[in-house]
Amino acid sequence: MTGAGILKGMAVTARNFVGSYFEKERLTTVQYPEERAPLPENYRNFPFLVFDGDEAQAGLRCVACQICEKECPPQCIYIVKSKDKKPDYMGKPQFYPATFDIDISVCMSCQICVEVCPFDAIKMDKVYELSRRERFDALLMDKHELAKSNSYYHGIHPTEATEVDTRLAEAAAKKKPAPPATAAPPAVAAAAKAATSAPAAEAVVSGTLPAKPTPPAT
Amino acid sequence: MSARLEGELLEVSMGPQHPSTHGVFRMNVALDGEIVVKLKPVFGYLHRNHEQIGERTSYLGTMPYTDRLDYFNSMSNNWGYALAVEKLAGVEVPERAQYLRVILAELSRLQNHASLLGFLLSDMGAWGTPLMYAFREREKVLDLFESLAGSRMMCDYMRFGGCRVDADAAWMERAKKIVYDFPRFLDEFEELILENEIVIARTQHVGRVSAELAISAGITGPMLRASGVNYDLRKVDGYGFYPRFKFRIPLGEHGDTYDRLMMRVLEMRESIDILKQAFEAITPGPITNPKVKVRGFRPPAGECYGRIEGPKGELGFYLISDGTGTPYRYHVRAPSFINLTILEDMCLGHTVADVMVILGSIDIVMGEVDR
Ligand code: SF4
Ligand code: SF4
Repeated sequence: MTGAGILKGMAVTARNFVGSYFEKERLTTVQYPEERAPLPENYRNFPFLVFDGDEAQAGLRCVACQICEKECPPQCIYIVKSKDKKPDYMGKPQFYPATFDIDISVCMSCQICVEVCPFDAIKMDKVYELSRRERFDALLMDKHELAKSNSYYHGIHPTEATEVDTRLAEAAAKKKPAPPATAAPPAVAAAAKAATSAPAAEAVVSGTLPAKPTPPAT
Repeated sequence: MSARLEGELLEVSMGPQHPSTHGVFRMNVALDGEIVVKLKPVFGYLHRNHEQIGERTSYLGTMPYTDRLDYFNSMSNNWGYALAVEKLAGVEVPERAQYLRVILAELSRLQNHASLLGFLLSDMGAWGTPLMYAFREREKVLDLFESLAGSRMMCDYMRFGGCRVDADAAWMERAKKIVYDFPRFLDEFEELILENEIVIARTQHVGRVSAELAISAGITGPMLRASGVNYDLRKVDGYGFYPRFKFRIPLGEHGDTYDRLMMRVLEMRESIDILKQAFEAITPGPITNPKVKVRGFRPPAGECYGRIEGPKGELGFYLISDGTGTPYRYHVRAPSFINLTILEDMCLGHTVADVMVILGSIDIVMGEVDR
């Protein structure tokens, strides 16, 4: 009968329409911005610079080796190496970036900078809603805007951050039997505990991330 | 008035900003009444110098750019490119990574074909509803990609000699659930469209491509198989771990739009079979080849062509290396571009409304056509 196929199709739409009131499966939309879908732990968008300790610029792990600048495919990183050296988080004198800019409007979130960095100094952030009224400069992040603490890193990528901390602590232990005043090892243990006991980081919603990092739960 | 009015041809410029042109694509159509007598595709609006950029950046640096070719299937694009470079450098891929690649490429095929069906119905005038049903399924797969690779569409997931992040058990469970639930969507979608008289009237005998024409024009993918040519690189080349899987290649008979549509539905069912087998077969293990350097990757001088069966057809990457860190020549064989070349042959003699449907059934993505 002509029209039977159409009626059958209409039955499907009716099933979906009525079903959307009762089945979560059939109504999957989220009413953004009131509601937000949780971001998965692996979510990435733009890079930031990790620092240890409390002082952002003093604790930057970056040693201005400029590998990421060279490898970044769209060339959106700009680094000027410092003339002098300052002690890094392990107390060893190192160069530091006098300028470290990333043009977020050019960055394509590929995280190659993260992969090539030998010092675990640059990691991917989870912030979104970064729209700006100005067209150019507002998304050119300098090293002050890019610097975020290690505990912030733990907040957004707990598993990965714990791995990194363990690796760094091991490297430090290998190099120096007694590292001078490193805050890393105790933090590692605490973070490891936090990561195993509370894998709730999936539910961290970017827009509401605390500016001040939450201390790792013990 | 019985005598037919003989008038001039009407030239219409369809696109580039037209919802049915799937991006920025223009067709200069000459119409006799409603019948197409000439059609000239115009592309290049989305040209981004992909190949030139590939010759400037490192081998690794091109990987994220391949995401942006066919942005529906970044996973399979990554695989094609990785395959080419692995061939060039002679890199082995560990077992788990191979299975992960199969899983992700097939998931990618699922969501690509599902959304194609939705778009095609949209082009036919079923605005919105079927497309939203298709996108609802696609969304689930994209969520999977996001929780594994960190991004929904720009996955940038594969690396030379493996994959970037490992999938944990929870991810596998989620993926399994989605795959096992997928037939429900397919059944419903088939019910929605396949017997629908309007769909049949609009697609059967529309835009026929004969097997000879398809072969001589270099058509690949579901479009070629809809014309009855049994050619699927998963079987022909047997790249990756595909020889380990049991699956069939659906073939069409008429090469018309309806066959191309059905081809997608049938291929999804086969993909589900492959996925189920992969979930059974995958074992824990390393996912990267430790011999591959992340920084300063330099394959030996030489040339190679790596190709995969992408959801849209044969996706090939041609590389010439001179032993430095950047390729000397880099070329992409984009299936949607080559499949698009016979658009005129398919459209001649059909009405202007059919052009949209025919174009939709080719399955193009302008990111790949223009590169
Ligand atoms: S994520 Fe990619 S594009 Fe962005 S700064 Fe890092 S390397 Fe460059
Ligand atoms: S972020 Fe890493 S790779 Fe980039 S300059 Fe700093 S230390 Fe080097």
